[in-house]
Amino acid sequence: MGNPQRHDDGVGPTVARRLAPLVEGEVELVVLDGEATRLLDAWDGADVAVVVDAVRSGAEPGVVHRVQVGPDPVPHESAASTHGLGLAEAVELGRALGRLPRQLIVYGVEVADTAAGAGLSPAVEAALDDVVDQVLVELALASLTPDDPP
Amino acid sequence: MSVSQPPDDTSGERTLRVEALARVEGEGAMYVRTSEGRVAEVELQIYEPPRFFEAFLRGRRHTEPPDITARICGICPVAYQMSACLAIEDACGVTVDGPVADLRRLLYCGEWIESHVLHIYLLHAPDFLGYPSALALAQDHPDAVQQGLDLKKTGNDLVDLIGGRAVHPVNVRVGGFYRVPTRRELAPMREALLLARDRAEDMTRWVAGFDIPDFEREYTFVALRDRDRYAVVGGELVSSDGLVAPVADFDLHVHEEHVARSNALRAHLDDGRAYLVGPLARYSLNSAQLSERARAAAADAGLGPTCRNPFRSIVVRSVETLHAIDEAIAIIDRYDEPDAPAVEVPPRAGVGHGATEAPRGVLYHRYELDEQGLVLDARIVPPTSQNQAAIEEDLAGFVERHLSLDTETLTHRCEQAIRNYDPCISCATHFLDLTVSESNGDNGATEAGPRRRPAAP
Repeated sequence: MGNPQRHDDGVGPTVARRLAPLVEGEVELVVLDGEATRLLDAWDGADVAVVVDAVRSGAEPGVVHRVQVGPDPVPHESAASTHGLGLAEAVELGRALGRLPRQLIVYGVEVADTAAGAGLSPAVEAALDDVVDQVLVELALASLTPDDPP
Repeated sequence: MSVSQPPDDTSGERTLRVEALARVEGEGAMYVRTSEGRVAEVELQIYEPPRFFEAFLRGRRHTEPPDITARICGICPVAYQMSACLAIEDACGVTVDGPVADLRRLLYCGEWIESHVLHIYLLHAPDFLGYPSALALAQDHPDAVQQGLDLKKTGNDLVDLIGGRAVHPVNVRVGGFYRVPTRRELAPMREALLLARDRAEDMTRWVAGFDIPDFEREYTFVALRDRDRYAVVGGELVSSDGLVAPVADFDLHVHEEHVARSNALRAHLDDGRAYLVGPLARYSLNSAQLSERARAAAADAGLGPTCRNPFRSIVVRSVETLHAIDEAIAIIDRYDEPDAPAVEVPPRAGVGHGATEAPRGVLYHRYELDEQGLVLDARIVPPTSQNQAAIEEDLAGFVERHLSLDTETLTHRCEQAIRNYDPCISCATHFLDLTVSESNGDNGATEAGPRRRPAAP
């Protein structure tokens, strides 16, 4: 999720574009502006969902955070997503409404520049391959049946 | 917030300040200063990207503004697309009617449903029910919030079906659409709308039961009026003071001025008066044209023929949602596929005006084209800048009557008063981290906060 017209905020959509030729089968790629209720609709019925979003937590630009959504609320404000009623709220709203996927993994890429304009900054661009690889691994693990050894 | 102002200390100075940072559409901030038991100063600052759009629309082809201006807002892109189409078609001397015009209204109904329901459940209801956020509301009332999300989804699906995409639709063009739906494609939508109609009636009963502050003001209402129906796409400009003017005269009656401290232009009428656009204005000027079901729901909800309490806008939005659903069903019922999805709009030199009722009020576009159809000049007047002066007057009036409240409660009520207007920034209300500073006249200013999040993109 993200806005490609806001430089690094477009990291999520860029990752989705890179993933498009690499995934198949039951994997569905959805690009969203980050509005919470559409996010709930997007993962409706999914067993596993991987969300890629821009993050600003104070770490170095390009740093990739991985958060496995568990029983505790998603850290928020301190490691806020760049969206208003966004990812953290969507997760908690989904939790309150009983609408979370069995497994929800969030990749947050630390941003440098979110001013108006297209294109990613070099640090975020450099992180793309890593994020794409990690998401592919998540999807491969998810495709194994629960009885299979990981 | 750590400030505790003695409620009865109205002799010194008090400052209420709300900072709001938004993701795409910009930022707004509120500042109220009271002194000697009076409101000394009120500022609502809105930062408005549409100004940049006006500049970079110049030199673009006449077919481009609907797609470009849709990007101004992720919540009401259809409003921008429709006002742009009407203005450009006006400049080129083309009128779009019949099933294509009906489809435009149908698309717009989807946006009204989506936008109003989002505001009612996720942004505004928590204020009335004493919750800090939609999330907290959902934890205690999951069924109500889920009902709202279901209703909103019907609006999303309608925009998706007609517009080709739920956000920033891609199927709209000057003259009509790239592709129109078949009757068969609309049939399942009708079923969803019937279900949504029941939900909207429930919603209206729900919000009518809220504890709504008793606060009325003498507004000058401005809205569009359509002879045949509750105006949404086009119409004449009318006001509660008797103004009746073609949209082409918008510029003659509405003046914008730049105010220091704010990047927004403030709009006022001929004599400098503030005025109000949006649900309250539409309802008060045109309520007789609502669907029968919507009128009945309004009466049950305790609304008279006009509504001057801005805090009741949540009830009016709910009634308008019901109307939009009724209208969408009626359009689907009479729909016959047009011969062509769009009317040809050959360019010509001229000036065109277009206005539609965005969920938040009148949205005016004006384009000047050269003979090749290149845009020479563009003007966009969004509803939130038109309401800016009215919001400030609401704040001043409300604060003055409630000075006995403590600062925290009063600041919250002020935020709620701003949310009455559903400011056209999808996420602005959710970046409302508060900064309250107070001084007691001896320059001993204290700061609480600021508790600002990192600058939002």
